[in-house]
Parts: sequence; structure tokens; C-alpha cells
Amino acid sequence: MNIELRFESFVDSSAASIAALPESRLRDLLYSMKRLRFVEESIAAKYSEQKMRCPVHLSTGQETVSSAAGLALRKSDLAVSGHRAHGHYIGKGGSVERMLAEIYGKVTGCSRGKGGSMHLIDESVGFMGSTAIVGGTIPVGVGLGLAMQVKAQSAGAIPGQIACVFLGDGAVEEGAFYEAANFAAVRKLPILFLCENNLYSVYSPLKPRQPEGRRIADMVRALGIPSEAGDGNDAATTLLKIDQAVSRIRAGQGPQFLEFFAYRWREHCGPNFDNNIGYRSEAEYEFWRAREPVARLEQNLLERGIVTEAWLDEADRLIEEETAQAFAFAETSAFPEANDAFTDVCFAADHQWVQPEGMNEARRFETSYVAPQISEVALDSANVPNSVGVTAPPIVGTTSPTSLGGSL
Amino acid sequence: MSRQITFGKAINEAIETSMELDPHMICYGLGADDPKGVFGTTLGLAGKFGPRVFDMPTSENGMTGVAIGAALNGVRSVVTHQRLDFFLLAMDQLVNNAAKWSYMFGGQRSVPITIRLILGRGWGQGPTHSQNLQSWFAHVPGLKVVMPTTAADAKGLLMSAIFDPNPVVFLEHRWLHEMSGEVPAGDFRLPLERAQIMNAGEDVTIVSMSYMSVEALHAIDTLKSNGISPELIDLKSVNPIDWNTILTSVKKTGRLLVCDTSNETLSVAGEIVARVSMELFGDLKCAPRRLALPDVPSPTSHALTKTYYQRAEHIVESVGQMMGREIDAMPMIAARTNPHDVPGQWFKGPF
Repeated sequence: MNIELRFESFVDSSAASIAALPESRLRDLLYSMKRLRFVEESIAAKYSEQKMRCPVHLSTGQETVSSAAGLALRKSDLAVSGHRAHGHYIGKGGSVERMLAEIYGKVTGCSRGKGGSMHLIDESVGFMGSTAIVGGTIPVGVGLGLAMQVKAQSAGAIPGQIACVFLGDGAVEEGAFYEAANFAAVRKLPILFLCENNLYSVYSPLKPRQPEGRRIADMVRALGIPSEAGDGNDAATTLLKIDQAVSRIRAGQGPQFLEFFAYRWREHCGPNFDNNIGYRSEAEYEFWRAREPVARLEQNLLERGIVTEAWLDEADRLIEEETAQAFAFAETSAFPEANDAFTDVCFAADHQWVQPEGMNEARRFETSYVAPQISEVALDSANVPNSVGVTAPPIVGTTSPTSLGGSL
Repeated sequence: MSRQITFGKAINEAIETSMELDPHMICYGLGADDPKGVFGTTLGLAGKFGPRVFDMPTSENGMTGVAIGAALNGVRSVVTHQRLDFFLLAMDQLVNNAAKWSYMFGGQRSVPITIRLILGRGWGQGPTHSQNLQSWFAHVPGLKVVMPTTAADAKGLLMSAIFDPNPVVFLEHRWLHEMSGEVPAGDFRLPLERAQIMNAGEDVTIVSMSYMSVEALHAIDTLKSNGISPELIDLKSVNPIDWNTILTSVKKTGRLLVCDTSNETLSVAGEIVARVSMELFGDLKCAPRRLALPDVPSPTSHALTKTYYQRAEHIVESVGQMMGREIDAMPMIAARTNPHDVPGQWFKGPF
């Protein structure tokens, strides 16, 4: 198993990374990852009901990069993604209920039922769109950054704003990646490339796709973009690396590329496990499961007293409640009218052009993902707020306060 | 007072005026700031607008996606390619992203980009430097596709394309760049979706586009001198098509000839013939016709292109057959002094 060699060449630096991060951010990171895991697994569990009638590419097992990026980016930073985008969208702060409604084909969906799972958008948090063509949004993300550079001197410019491009190991094989990365390097654009290397393009392993021994990060470094690879199952280290890359971009150092190894548990597309069909082995799957990021971070934080069992229980409860409400919203929402199939092809010529909401000045220093606070007060069931994640009493039983607005 | 400028200068003015109006607009393409300025159409812009006009990597697809991203973030662009053929690498970004962004995200945001592509004919441009693939673009919902003929249309339609909230493919025929016409100064825009009746007539409707409208103008002189009254409609836009103007005309004349700069099968001309046949079958006095290129790639040799391209005499001949008349096109052919493979004596190559 070639990948084991790649993987084991990483030193486990989670202890040092955890020590280097504020406890509140670590809790936010864990909460975000648990939330994403639960949403995805709920989709998998309910998919057979045949109410979600579109392809779904689930992120289970790959939560780290989505959640860490959501914490490292500001709401005013802009992001794009590809077909496996649930995590990136939710991590960036996208509405879960509108995502689920979209998957259910409802008019309340984030794309009003015209996009489905593969076309997610929530401009109010700077998630500018995900599309279903491998590599297709990479140049689009670079263009978002070019516009930031063009507008840098104008009144509406947002200081330090960056664009984040989520991509996978398959996308770096596309010409669009080379073309966009090259231009980002030429123009020193404020772009963060976040590559999740999950080792497969659908069922095709890396071996027939990329030369053995050549790391994606090394190749990209040769294009003139500072690049680093890391263990995407080590959530704390992943967050630190993304934080550092974001700081360099905000400081004007141009594009940065990060590659993280991650593993998708379920089939490429759909709700099932597929280790039985022969393109990957049970042993390989178990190898990665043993290193899985959510339980690993949870265990690390428990051992250090950064979270308690009570905190975890309350987090689970909040997440379950929020997810149940989001599914209920999706299921009870109306379908679009049949005539809606014929609208939105073009904008009227006199359409007034407005800036994306994510660029609103008032939002500029908010972190993309805002975790709800979980407090000891909330552990008393009498005081638990019904509107999960909206009202939030203060603080878990550790010293640092839970962050609401992010630490950047 | 008449103000005559060339089609190429009109393009240049449209970009310049638009960039003055929109302080964030950008203009780029391979050679956009080079000494030749894309057949003169971008000359002087880099000097005036600095970094908003720039050269680019030879990355047609990636740089189309960059234009899309810039548009999503409030920056309009005009992207220029010296040949349509070079742009085929960018069909992914154009078709999968630009054309569908509005639709697939439920009408939240559109992509105001303008893609200038230059079409060719003759002078040995051959199979990969002179394709007229307007029907490819016109087939895609969400794209507007413009093919100006006159200098005034070049400016008026390009400015409208730039300020349209949707992606617009702007197809310029290389043989039109040196053609002069009266063009208003300043902010001048024309509607993107309206055809123009270049010559009003009663006997036959000729629908044409881009450079073929120039051949048609030559043809109608001969037709008129032979007592035939043709109505010439210059399409200007191939998506959307101005059906109202076409159907109104054919209802009057009962005859339709469509002239296309592209290969015949599955062409824009074919679509117009189909639609008119379906809607006005009972009004037609004879079968509609189309004049387009044979279904083979463009040949290169001077000798091979002689019979490949459609010219005014073919239009004359076709109209004659539709009218049951034999018309002598020889005086028109004899009066012609240009070789068949150049737009005029001014053209000496190389591209």
C-alpha cells in the first residue's frame, strides 16, 4: 500500500499544534467537524428514502480541511469548490437548511432547486459557488482574487481579503489548474489553494494518474507557489498550517498551496460503503479509519481537559437538534413551480449589479464559521435554548472563553 | 456631420469608452498590449488605462475562468482572442460556467464577460485559423452571440455586450476590420437582439450575417438592376435571433435565402430555414434555401479556396433560381479587381 509510506512520512505533530492553538478555537474546530460529520452521515442514512433525488458526494472522513478553513477564513473572504463541496460550504458558514433543501430539490434551496448537491452557493458568507466539473472553479477562484487586486485601490476594497479555492488530487491533473495556478503566481494574487488528496479520482487511484514519488505540493512549488503538504487527519496541525498560509497571503506574499491527505469513507458518489467492489481494499480503509480525524481530535481534547464529556454530550445534542430542524425545513419546504425551469437563463439587460453580500464591510472581520457556545449553564436542560446556534450562553468549564467572532 | 471610422477603430472606441465609464473594467488577451494591438483594435488602450489592459499567459481556458471569477467579484472584462480557433480550449469555462452560472444558482448572480473572437476567411488561414463556429455558441442557452457587420454595429453592439449582465460572445470577421462607416462618438449602444433591414424589398428575403452581409450587399445591386426587389436582413445577433423581423419579412416576400459564414449542416442558417418553414409553410412560394460552406474543413491553398467560399454571384444565382429567372452575374464578377482570397487590395497578409 503505497499510500502508507506517504502517510507515515508525516510526523505526528498534533500535540504541539494543540498546545499552540487557543482552546476556544480547538473547541470550535471540533464542533465544526462533528457537525459536518453528523450532517453527512444523516444524508447517508436518509438517502434511501428517495427524497434526495440527485447525486451526493459525501465528505465523511474528510472533515478537517473544511472545518479548519472555515475557522481560518473571514466571512468576507471568498471561496469556490467542486463536486464534493458539502464540507467546504458548511465550513465556510453556509446555511445547512438551505443546502439540504437544495438536495431535496426545494425552492428554499440555496440554488432554488436548480443546482442540487453539486451546485451550492451562499454569498452571504462568501461561498461563491461549487460546480460539478473537476477543476472548473479553480480559474474562477483565481478570478475572484484578480478582482480583489484590480479593486485594491478603490473605496470598496476590503483590506487583507483573499480567495480560497478548494480542490482535490484529480483537479491538479486538469489543465485548468495549471493555467490558473500559473496566472495566480504571475500576478501574485491573494489565493489560497486547499487541495484534499483523497487518493482517488472516482475509482482511479493515483498510480495511473500521477508519477510515483512526485508529490502534488512539490509540483506546485515548482510552478512558483509556496506549497506544503500535511496530514489531513491531524486537525489541529491542519488549522495551524492554514492559519499560517492565510497570514502570508494577507501580508501580500501572493498565492499559497496546501495539500492535505484525507480519506473518503463512503463511495465516490452516494450513501454507501464500497470497499467490496474491488478498487480499494478493506485493509486500506481500516488503515485510514484508525487515523480518522474527528475521534482523534476529540480524544486529544478530552485528554487535555479542553473539552469534557459533558461538553461533548451537549455538542452532540445541539448538532442533532440543528440537523433535525434543517431536515425538517428541507422536507416541509415547497418544490419550485414547474415554470421555474424556464427562468434565470439570462439576466435582464437593465439588471442592477450588486456586490456579493460577503463583501459587506460590516462583516469583514467575522470568521466564516461561527460555532455556537456550549456552556455549563446550557447543560442544565431547563436553560437550553431552542434556537440552536443562535442564542448562546457563555462558556464551557475551562479557562478561555468560547469564541464567537473568531480570533482573527 | 458624418464621422467615418473603420470597424476596427470602432471596436477600439467601444472598449475605450466603456473603460472610461467603468473604472474597474479590464481588457486582456494575448497581444492586447503589443505593438500590433490585435489588428489595431486594442492600440493605445494600455497607455491610457495602464494595468487594466494586459497581456496574458497562453491559457485560453484558465483565463476565461479568471474573467468569470472577476465578474462574480464585480469586475467586468473584455477578453480578446486573435482567432476563434484558439478559444476552443475554453469551451469548458464558457459553456459549463459562464453560460450556466445564473441558471444553476437560481438566478443569484450572472457573469458579465465579453469574449471577442476573430473569424477568418481566405489567405491560407486554413483548417484551424478560419473556423466560423457561431452555431456552437448559439446552441448554448445562457450565451448571447453577436456578429456585427458594420462599423456602427461594431461599436454599438460591443458597448452593449460589455454592459450586458450576461456572457456575450462577440464574433468579429477579420475581413470587416478595415471597412469604414459612420459611427457616433462617445457612449453609443445598440440592442443586442435586434436584426436590421439593410435593404427593404418585396420579392425575396435574404438573411445574412457578418461578412456574408457584405457579399449580399454586392448581390442586391445586381438583383435590383435585373428588376428583382430583395429584402436584406443583417442578423447582427445569432442568439437570440430576431424572429419577428425575419418572419415579418418572409410573410411579405414568400421567399427565403439564408447566407451563413459557416459550414452548412446544423448551421444557424439551417435553424432559420427550419423555423420559417414550420411557422410560415403556407406563405412560402418556393422552398427556402441556405448558402453556407461545404461540410469540409477550410482548405489552405489559394487554388482550393476558389470554390470553397460563397460569394455575391452565388447569392445572385440562388435568388434567380428561386424566382425562376436566369441572371447574368458576369458583369459583377468582371468588375471585381480583388483576388478571391483577400478582403481588399489593402490586405497583403500575413494574417
